[in-house]
Amino acid sequence: MNQNVNTPLLEVSDLSVSFRMYDGALEQRDLQVISSLSLTVYPGEILAIAGSSGSGKSLLASAILGILPGNATTGGSLRYNGEALTPERQKQLRGTEIALVPQSVAYLDPLMQVGKQVDGHRKPRPTEKRRGLFRRFGLPEKTEKLYPFQLSGGMARRALVSTALLTDARLIIADEPTPGMSLDQALEALKLFREMADEGRAVVLITHDIDLAFAFADRVAVFYAGTTVETAPAQDFRQGPEALRHPYSKALWNALPQNGFTPIAGFQPYAGNLPQGCLFAPRCPYATEECHTTVPPMRQVRGGEVRCYHGA
Amino acid sequence: MGLEAKNIRFRYDRRQNWILEDCNLTVNKGDRLALFAPSGYGKTTLAMLLAGYLQPTEGEILLDGAPLPLKGVCPVQLICQHPEKAINPRWRLKKVLEESGELREDVLDAFGIERGWLERFPRELSGGELQRFCVARALMSGADYLICDEISTMLDVITQAQIWNVVLSEAEKRNMGIIAVTHNRHLANRICSKVYDLSTKTFL
Repeated sequence: MNQNVNTPLLEVSDLSVSFRMYDGALEQRDLQVISSLSLTVYPGEILAIAGSSGSGKSLLASAILGILPGNATTGGSLRYNGEALTPERQKQLRGTEIALVPQSVAYLDPLMQVGKQVDGHRKPRPTEKRRGLFRRFGLPEKTEKLYPFQLSGGMARRALVSTALLTDARLIIADEPTPGMSLDQALEALKLFREMADEGRAVVLITHDIDLAFAFADRVAVFYAGTTVETAPAQDFRQGPEALRHPYSKALWNALPQNGFTPIAGFQPYAGNLPQGCLFAPRCPYATEECHTTVPPMRQVRGGEVRCYHGA
Repeated sequence: MGLEAKNIRFRYDRRQNWILEDCNLTVNKGDRLALFAPSGYGKTTLAMLLAGYLQPTEGEILLDGAPLPLKGVCPVQLICQHPEKAINPRWRLKKVLEESGELREDVLDAFGIERGWLERFPRELSGGELQRFCVARALMSGADYLICDEISTMLDVITQAQIWNVVLSEAEKRNMGIIAVTHNRHLANRICSKVYDLSTKTFL
């Protein structure tokens, strides 16, 4: 197997995901929720994924692991470590090579003590390592004997993150690992992810705490309505809107409570009802006629990629 | 007067430690208070006590000097941290909203709730979309007080700013009292006039 740093660990190209829905009693139609989505993740890096709620961030995670619901169909290609990621490969790799931190704390087994389920089925049980992680996260010793309903939101979240950090996975997909944690705890979690990346593993960090993501990630991909609109070095996001390329990325930056708290008007288009051209055009202050009719291609701009005719 | 927590002590089980001890807090109509503390210090527990979902082990919760009403729509509405756990999974979202009263088109529009979503089941929407239903449901009930338990942590920052702008303008119009639990200092400073730290029992 090729362990070269320059070969991507995960390569998603032109991915699409659609759901088959019933329209009336017998009519079926396909609802496309992810379209022409591409991204690459290299060993040793944290790729943060920011973007609107419902833009398909969690679906991407499910698609990579092969755990989409049965009525979903996918297109495009997924490659892991240079090899095609087929459903059989996914089944082999998930939980060992690829680990997931699920988005909802409802993923914890309600009938199992927390310590036991974080240890999992591994033999021998990694109890000592897990206790070390719990200590780093500031979870009291007795937490391991508690059941999920006895945990606060932030404690449950820290237990979930521990499950993924306990594996030897080379790719960690963390879907919203930090909500409910205090700033110190969130920083500790991100520090742990950073350490894992520095060991040569790769972390995909899906998050809404974008100010933290900007501080810890190497690159940031911005999602909107099921596709990537910009991928850029995290440095540009730390600098501010002038350094960014896509108007949606700039709008995200401006909506942070510390940067103005000003939302742009309008809402992300609904999957069944997407505009013909650029998906962001209906809300974009710079949209021209071209934007409303044809989808802009991905362009290379100043060391980043942007899907916009006007971004510079 | 207002919504008062008086000498609250609370634990979930007699064999366990107190989660809240000697907790006193008053919020008047028109007040906006942010509640701050590390995770596990009982913020959510206090939110549930204030909204009447839990009864204090000792002390009392008073609304304008009287206990919270046990019948009808509670004038203190709680919006929870995890929307997927606060909505009946077997109800279509229309029914979820109608439970709190008549559908208000202006609230639906303000939250960007697509009419098509009303016919769907909760598992067919994303967490951020569900949370808009939870906030809309609380606002449509005609409540005087809103307890917001980290309602925007699972939302993108644009939606977060949109939702808070709607909540704050509605709160201003109706002179509602708001208690917001959050871990984000920047957000707390934006939306609230006072910040209370539950771990040290002081105003910051």
